[in-house]
Amino acid sequence: MKGFGTLEYAQYPFLEGVGRYVKDSGFGIEQFGHDSDLIPYVDRAMERIMAATRGQIYSSELDRGDIDHTLLDKETFSFVIAVIILKICGKHSLIKRFALAESRRAEKFLERNLGRDSGGGSTTAKVLAELFSVDVRYNPRGYAIPISDYIRHSAHFHEREWKLVNRMVTGGDVLLSAHQAVRLLRHELGNYIQNHITRVSAPPMMPNFAGHIAKLNEIAKELEPEYVVVSGEHPPCIKHALEVLKRGENLPHSGRFMLATFLFGRGWTVEKIAPLFKDAPDYNERTTMYQLKSISGGDGKTRYNCPLCDKLRTQNLCHETAECNGIVSPLQFGTRRK
Amino acid sequence: MNEADAALVTGAIKKYYLDHHDMVPTPDKISRREFGYQVGGGSMVRHLSYADERALRVMLVGTAPSDVYCSNACYRFPTFAMKEKSWLDASLIFDIDAKDLGLPCRVGHSILVCAECARVSPAAAGKCAACQSQKVTVRSLPCTKCAAASLKEVAKLREILVDDLGMDDSSIHVYFSGNEGFHVHVDPGSFDALGSRERAELADYIMFKGAIPEAYGVPRAPGAKLGLPGPDDPGWRGRLVRSLGAAPAKKAARAGHAEFQKTLGSAGIGARIDPQVTTDIHRIFRMPGSINGKSGLAKVPVPDGSKFDAYTESCLIDSAKVDITAECPHRFVLGGRRFGPYSAKDTSVELYAAVYMICKGFAAAR
Repeated sequence: MKGFGTLEYAQYPFLEGVGRYVKDSGFGIEQFGHDSDLIPYVDRAMERIMAATRGQIYSSELDRGDIDHTLLDKETFSFVIAVIILKICGKHSLIKRFALAESRRAEKFLERNLGRDSGGGSTTAKVLAELFSVDVRYNPRGYAIPISDYIRHSAHFHEREWKLVNRMVTGGDVLLSAHQAVRLLRHELGNYIQNHITRVSAPPMMPNFAGHIAKLNEIAKELEPEYVVVSGEHPPCIKHALEVLKRGENLPHSGRFMLATFLFGRGWTVEKIAPLFKDAPDYNERTTMYQLKSISGGDGKTRYNCPLCDKLRTQNLCHETAECNGIVSPLQFGTRRK
Repeated sequence: MNEADAALVTGAIKKYYLDHHDMVPTPDKISRREFGYQVGGGSMVRHLSYADERALRVMLVGTAPSDVYCSNACYRFPTFAMKEKSWLDASLIFDIDAKDLGLPCRVGHSILVCAECARVSPAAAGKCAACQSQKVTVRSLPCTKCAAASLKEVAKLREILVDDLGMDDSSIHVYFSGNEGFHVHVDPGSFDALGSRERAELADYIMFKGAIPEAYGVPRAPGAKLGLPGPDDPGWRGRLVRSLGAAPAKKAARAGHAEFQKTLGSAGIGARIDPQVTTDIHRIFRMPGSINGKSGLAKVPVPDGSKFDAYTESCLIDSAKVDITAECPHRFVLGGRRFGPYSAKDTSVELYAAVYMICKGFAAAR
């Protein structure tokens, strides 16, 4: 299978061939769930999960370069068991944290290995190609990734340093350091692991897991975030749109869409929103009502969400102020965690 | 547009498609594309599909649409509702519109058409001079300065597409839109599978939008070592230094992070494309060779390297004389001839000029 061995499986235990590897090693979920001799593997799986719930990255002997065969298997099996425990527990917040923490752990290995073996044709490049269909090539100025591959991943980042305009771009490639190349895939890695967990079918509860799952259920309750609106004020983009309309000036279609979807998001009704557009130079009551109803998802149509701040920036609709405080959607303005 | 105006315009367009059907190239994978059209500038009919070139031509001549559009996207089921079309891919398109360039000449060739009394006023009036209504639409007359400035933006875009995005120059096709802008179509390539959000990133790159000082060698920490790029660096790094000049760039960098951020924001070096067009992966886009219903001019290719007079090359409607009543406070040049100004005057002009003025709302058929 693409030349991956026990070391790659331990470092990247979410690779496709891992399930087969565990089976071929003579183990199964039933054994991990019932056999008391295998409890150390289950305990290590819990270590991985608990580190993730604390927002930490699980660390082991493998990080320090220990590649003893028994240890490698322990690493691989503990990941598989952790996935089963999370699956039985079924708490999305835990799965998400675990996927993120494990992706960061794998990221460290990817970065270290990529730096060592200079990209193209290497095992690390093969891992990247298998997981993300990304073609990473070594170039004296950095690791070259095709622009289309780069933005497929970077477009989901909110940090401005990841914008293509802030990267070295030439001849259809983006040039990155090993750290950046791997960091680029973190989100995707997290998604990959999350999807991996989603695809696994949950077995019934087993004695070796029961106590751990009860504990995780308690932790999950504390982790569920709850947002409350603490200010009824509109964000600056919405205020600006309202002012434009009030002055009787033309607000572009994208601005009207932003305004309507935002207000729907804040619980306004079609009837309450429609009069806001009456000063628009091309105001037509029938058209306005029709469009608002369409956007609201009335009559069984799709309900549209307010565009994210990134998109509004591209559309020249963002009028960011310090009060925005790093929000990614206008609907988050004036909200805070409970 | 009243009935007589609509008849004159539709007749002219029908003759255009009969005489110039070879001007409208058949899109590749035609049966995978969504088509749409408007007749007499009326409401859009879309979600249409044509099996082949012949079917498309029958529609053009039979319907004589004022505007005809084709998707840059391919779908498994192009005639289905948008959510059910099953999007396959979409080639890259760019729109550069003179009205978005903020050119000082615009007031001089923009005209207000009143939505209430249909009278025409100069843009400087700010409202309808006849009935004082604020409900006016701005219409623009041909302007060579606008066309030249737009073509400069096209050249910037082409350089970015080739040097930075690695496209083959021969895969880039530029068209005059037939009204005020230029459309750039790119042959199918590695960007076709990208979604809207990813295309927004490309658009921001092309517009040089969202650049931060750190990426150009100016760290946030005061007193930290500067690492400005060199003029030969690839992409925006080199382009920025070449545009500012090495010494002014260094001076701006030494002024600190916040000042350099302002320098980046005001550099004005990006190509001024309309990001909405590039990011819309379900758009139906004006077809090359078709008539633009806002002007009666055709969307025509802009040849490489030679002089291009947009308002002559695109003027392909017949030149037989017709009678109209025209109201247009500015003079304009179309098809190499001068027209106007007219103040609610009965006159006889070439059909292409009549169609142009009717489409703009400056004239009525007699």
